[in-house]
Amino acid sequence: MIDPIAVFILLLGAATPILFAALGELVTERAGVLNLGVEGMMIGGALAGFAAAHATGSPALGFAAAAIAGVVLSMIFAALTQFLLSNQVATGLALTLFGLGLTAMFGKPYEGVKAPTMMAGPLGLNPMIWLGLLMVPAVWWGLNRSRPGLILRAVGENHDAAHALGYPVRAVRIAAIAFGGAMAGMGGAYISIATVLQWTEGMTAGAGWIALAIVVFAQWNPWGVLAGAWLFGGVTVLQLRLQAAGVAVPVQLLTMAPYLATIIVLVLISARQKYGRSGGGSAPGSLGKPFHALR
Amino acid sequence: MKRRTLLGSAAALMAMSAMPAFAQDEKLKIGFIYVGPVGDGGWTYQHDLARQALEKEYGDKIETTFIESVPEGADAERALTQLALSGNKMIFATSFGFMDATINVAKKFPDIKFEHATGYKRAENVATYDARFYEGRAVIGTIAGRMTKSNKIGYIGSFPIPEVIQGINSAYIHAKKVNPDVEMKVVWVYSWFDPAKEADAAAALIAEGVDVFMQHTDSTAPLAKAQEAGALGFGQASDMAAFAPSPRIASIIDDWSPYYIKRVGQVLDGTWKSEGTWAGIGDGEVVIGEITEVVPAEVKAEAEALKAAIASGEHHPFTGPLKKQDGSDWLAEGQKATDEELSGMNFYVEGITAPMPK
Repeated sequence: MIDPIAVFILLLGAATPILFAALGELVTERAGVLNLGVEGMMIGGALAGFAAAHATGSPALGFAAAAIAGVVLSMIFAALTQFLLSNQVATGLALTLFGLGLTAMFGKPYEGVKAPTMMAGPLGLNPMIWLGLLMVPAVWWGLNRSRPGLILRAVGENHDAAHALGYPVRAVRIAAIAFGGAMAGMGGAYISIATVLQWTEGMTAGAGWIALAIVVFAQWNPWGVLAGAWLFGGVTVLQLRLQAAGVAVPVQLLTMAPYLATIIVLVLISARQKYGRSGGGSAPGSLGKPFHALR
Repeated sequence: MKRRTLLGSAAALMAMSAMPAFAQDEKLKIGFIYVGPVGDGGWTYQHDLARQALEKEYGDKIETTFIESVPEGADAERALTQLALSGNKMIFATSFGFMDATINVAKKFPDIKFEHATGYKRAENVATYDARFYEGRAVIGTIAGRMTKSNKIGYIGSFPIPEVIQGINSAYIHAKKVNPDVEMKVVWVYSWFDPAKEADAAAALIAEGVDVFMQHTDSTAPLAKAQEAGALGFGQASDMAAFAPSPRIASIIDDWSPYYIKRVGQVLDGTWKSEGTWAGIGDGEVVIGEITEVVPAEVKAEAEALKAAIASGEHHPFTGPLKKQDGSDWLAEGQKATDEELSGMNFYVEGITAPMPK
């Protein structure tokens, strides 16, 4: 029969890239910025991380390069949306397309090249799995128990009020966007350096979109993000494991399950809001709205 | 004014009628669409090697272009149309899923010759070609059956289509012949090329106790996973020699160059006809890559003897007595499967316990 511990270990690996990207996006969104460019930043990180790991032979340097690549890509988004006040949805989509195209072009020399092998961390798990898991309480604490987190949430809930109180709305948002970029970049690099061990064009295959869905599913709560990432990762791993164990599984049904779960969560939340029960919807108040200080 | 228009159109007409005459001296333009990137190190890489072999063979007489990473579906039709409109007179569509797109586009361009790999739909200007991969599967299945210590061998399938099912059956029949205790685990990833998913599928097989597996997907990701976990695997479509001597202990190589060179030659001398070609080990289209030193000498000799027997036609991988998975009779003692039966194969043979996806 299927060993649940073995499945859980595979699940942790499958969930890690989306966990990283979703935690980053969560912080960005809590600051009131909707960045749909997660997929683009992930693929950028996947290539930069792979290239750096291949050149230096060090996966750790690879992840550092991936974080930097994610930040660089996110700063394009930041410049366009925070200074030029462009539409966040359109700019984010453009960033995704840009990232996919750019990496397809610069990734050509890395096709068919092998990555250096990674050292296993505690319990034989990849160190990045541990880092991802540690980031969950860290992000929760940072947002809910620290002063910078309080300011970040204030900026995300009501940027005019935060501005009136003298907080630097734009600077806070740029920092949040950069954090999102770094996390997405590392999530992408996990796919190229730790899972697949090689570079191929478009290899993130929609993980960035799943990360965006998970943030909504999680209702902007880091623990919910962890649950969502495990749900998505678990379904992927479980359907392959069930097949290997010779169980007839409706693959298509299992593949759509996480998306169905997201829709159901959204429906439940809006139903709760409609019938006046409070405490439900927790989307940041200024999410996706451009901010321009008049005075 | 009128006379000028008349003169103009006459000139245009002349130019148009003169064009075919010029075309005779022009290079034969040949287009390719690939399902993956040329750097996949597997299926598409081999097709591109054959394209390069064409350029070497015919030099100035031909000119080739390719479009890579074309998704199967509506995009394929657009890519094919684009190749047709840009003057290619011969087009190779190198994936099963391009079948309907190729037939549709071929209807619109009756003077262009199309070659579709691994499909079964032909037309006046659409030929099909395929390789008897199952012959190679028989050889690596034998090696897998001998090399497994857990008596569990695995198979990463792309889509449950006859070409892939033949491979699973052939590998299982021959593994079972040398190791009666062998069990076959199958995982379908529903993609030809998705490195992350292929790697996850390999991990799932390894977690299930599989220590030797085969793949019918195009990337080297499963071999990278095998290396990490200490399992064994085989090069698929291409030699994948970067992973030799272990985890890659042998490989099935598709060598399309002889076929491509023959067919382009036929277009050049005007003898091209639409037909279906299905060549195997004996024709040099399916090649078994070097069996590495990880494999004991007697197993290597056994595999090579089987390869020789298949090449000479002495052994057919699907020879009775064989039953279907549900226990019903398929082939009687000594009876060989026909090509029609093989090209429509949608069942496992007896002994495989994995369920067939619906």
